[in-house]
Amino acid sequence: MDSLDPLLLSRIQFAANISFHILFPSITIALGWVLLFFKLKFNKTGEEAWMEAYRFWVKVFALSFAMGVVSGVTMSFQFGTNWPGFMNSVGNIAGPLLAYEVLTAFFLEASFLAVMLFGFRRVSNRVHTLATVLVAVGTTFSAFWILALNSWMHTPVGFEMIDGQAYATDWVQIIFNPSFPYRFTHMMLASGLTVAFLVAGLSAFRWLRNDRKKSVMLAMITGVYMAAALIPVQIIVGDQHGLNTLKHQPAKIAAMEGVWETETHVPLLLFALPDEEKQMNHFEIGIPNLASYILNQDLTIPIEGIKSFDDAPPVAPVFFAFRIMVGIGLLMLVVSWYCFYRLHRYKNTDRLGATALACMTFSGWIAVLAGWYVTEIGRQPFLVYGVLRTEDAVTDVSGSMVGLSLIMYLILYAALLAAYIGTLFYLARKGDAVKAGAKLEQDGHIEPKPKKGGAK
Amino acid sequence: MIDFLLNSPTVMPLIFAGLMGLCMLIYAIMDGFDLGVGMLMPFVGDDDKDKMVSSIGPFWDANETWLVFGIGILLVAFPVAHGVILGALYMPVAIMLAGLIIRGVAFDFRLKVHLEHKHIWNKAFFAGSFIASFAQGYMLGAYILGFAEGLAAFIFACTVGFLICAGYILIGSCWLIIKTDKKLQKRAVIWAQKALYGVIFGIFVVSISTPLASARIFDKWFTVENMIGLAPIPLLTWVFVVFLFVFLRQMPFPKDQWNWVPFAATVGIYVLCFQGLAYSFYPYIVPEQLEIIESASAPESLLFILCGALAVLPIIIGYTIYIHYVFGGKSADLSYD
Repeated sequence: MDSLDPLLLSRIQFAANISFHILFPSITIALGWVLLFFKLKFNKTGEEAWMEAYRFWVKVFALSFAMGVVSGVTMSFQFGTNWPGFMNSVGNIAGPLLAYEVLTAFFLEASFLAVMLFGFRRVSNRVHTLATVLVAVGTTFSAFWILALNSWMHTPVGFEMIDGQAYATDWVQIIFNPSFPYRFTHMMLASGLTVAFLVAGLSAFRWLRNDRKKSVMLAMITGVYMAAALIPVQIIVGDQHGLNTLKHQPAKIAAMEGVWETETHVPLLLFALPDEEKQMNHFEIGIPNLASYILNQDLTIPIEGIKSFDDAPPVAPVFFAFRIMVGIGLLMLVVSWYCFYRLHRYKNTDRLGATALACMTFSGWIAVLAGWYVTEIGRQPFLVYGVLRTEDAVTDVSGSMVGLSLIMYLILYAALLAAYIGTLFYLARKGDAVKAGAKLEQDGHIEPKPKKGGAK
Repeated sequence: MIDFLLNSPTVMPLIFAGLMGLCMLIYAIMDGFDLGVGMLMPFVGDDDKDKMVSSIGPFWDANETWLVFGIGILLVAFPVAHGVILGALYMPVAIMLAGLIIRGVAFDFRLKVHLEHKHIWNKAFFAGSFIASFAQGYMLGAYILGFAEGLAAFIFACTVGFLICAGYILIGSCWLIIKTDKKLQKRAVIWAQKALYGVIFGIFVVSISTPLASARIFDKWFTVENMIGLAPIPLLTWVFVVFLFVFLRQMPFPKDQWNWVPFAATVGIYVLCFQGLAYSFYPYIVPEQLEIIESASAPESLLFILCGALAVLPIIIGYTIYIHYVFGGKSADLSYD
């Protein structure tokens, strides 16, 4: 069993875990704010359809949140089980950031989620709205701390190394490190787009099944408008994030663009097959000069190629993941603007638009994963860029043990993902089950009809 | 004050060891009751299952956060120990996490899926609760023995695994005594009595075998002055146990009086057992291998966390109490309406 490499297996295991995990925060971060929007609309207009939409999507929120919590707990353990070297060398930086996440966000969201989910009958409408706000704020805080730490791993500043251990010198610098503002904005928008397409897509799925009541239409409009508004912003922010990466991690940019030799007038490759051994691309199709223009606005400034770096990431996964992310982004632009046009002009969608939306229900997930693969694989062979190599942080637990736990996690995640997606579509199909609802009483309290059986 | 905290080599590590212990204790009490309720699920019909889940629904998520926080402190304050402990417990940790994952999502799935599939998630909820509890006990057992290997150590760890299950079922039953009424409450009283036998047996086994397994702990317990100084811990534990035993036989009382007493007494037992363990391990963070003081992180980083913790913990405790107030009383059906 010695042939099993704990480094490779640990990397696969952590990648599997974090890929599974990020799916759910991508939803809850923005969905919390969308729920708040539904709630505020209801408070303002008193229109029952908003509350119906809220009640449907709060179920999706609860389910996504639970999935996020359990996979997040798993990750907090895997730092220790699989990457002891990470905490040993940069624990003084990573530790406090993780602790602040738990303190400021975890407890907040976990506690007020209960009020948000089950509190309608127990607290006043105002407190219920406040609970919704706190949960949304909590998820965003969570993202803030985690992205601060992740960004620091890409652009580490504000510390000194003494005997192989990092010591903090400036916490403000550490938290607001050079890549943090870009990564945070990029991820927030990515979450917004993921949720926009999830909400619009599932609503379009209901629309296609002739479930076209007001709450479904309101949710679809919210999703489509949100997507149409966010996607151009995301394209600009993504571009800025790329320029920031060029400044701090040029090797990653070289891999993203598939540039092997340092040269000027670099084309933007639409497709190619990078070959790690021969250090060249096959079957290149590109637009001349465009990559140079996007990165430098000046065709004569050379772009450093992979060959010029001692430590460069693997090219193919970064290259392809980047194209998948951008491709989905462009698709999002087309679909959301088309549907926006239909909804704005005709107050309804058409079959084409609805089908496209339904197909793209989980497109945000693919883009988020692809984007994270670009940035995380692009950081290799480092765990903390220029400071700690991935291979130096790995556990000395045997490969067979890691292999065993990996298989267990993979089976579990596959089953849960299938159950999650299945349940979402099941909820959408039986949509009328959330029809029973609240009516606004004079005092502003919610007085719901009792629903038969069941907790949650 | 800050200079003192930063310059003294012992203060910060001890504060953080205490904080971590406190988190683990709170975790064992808080998540203990909801894990215990999960393990009792197979013994009741479908309606009661819903009631039992409703009684923990609003709380489990925040309860579990104490585990993340406790492990977080270990990770942050004692990174080397964190690596040693989690490396030695690699498989039990993975299995516990699988259990926690399964039960955490089963909570949500069981009420959203098609009714035909609900029973699958009910079973998953039970299985996940049991796996997680047993794995936690197993880890505690392995930890007590300083990760010794061999059959005897394995049997000991499994015994502690069952002890923790019994302890969680006990506190879970006491929770149900507070949160339910009529028939289900009466059943909870009986469950609590049965679980108490398991706990008595478990405490007995651990108390006998721990000093036998570790010469250091033996010396620590059985010097004359310590035997007198420490005597209140086991004595008080037995007082609580006997009291609980007698009290449960009288339950339930008219008008549901004193329904909180068994829960409080169980918390007392937890605290005392925790005291005993903490005293025995001190000054080690990994028994016989690593001392608290030699394995702590840089004091600057710890101070940064301590400030945050001191500022935020009272708020966390505040809204935890608030949530228990909002969802106080007998468990009603939870719904999103």
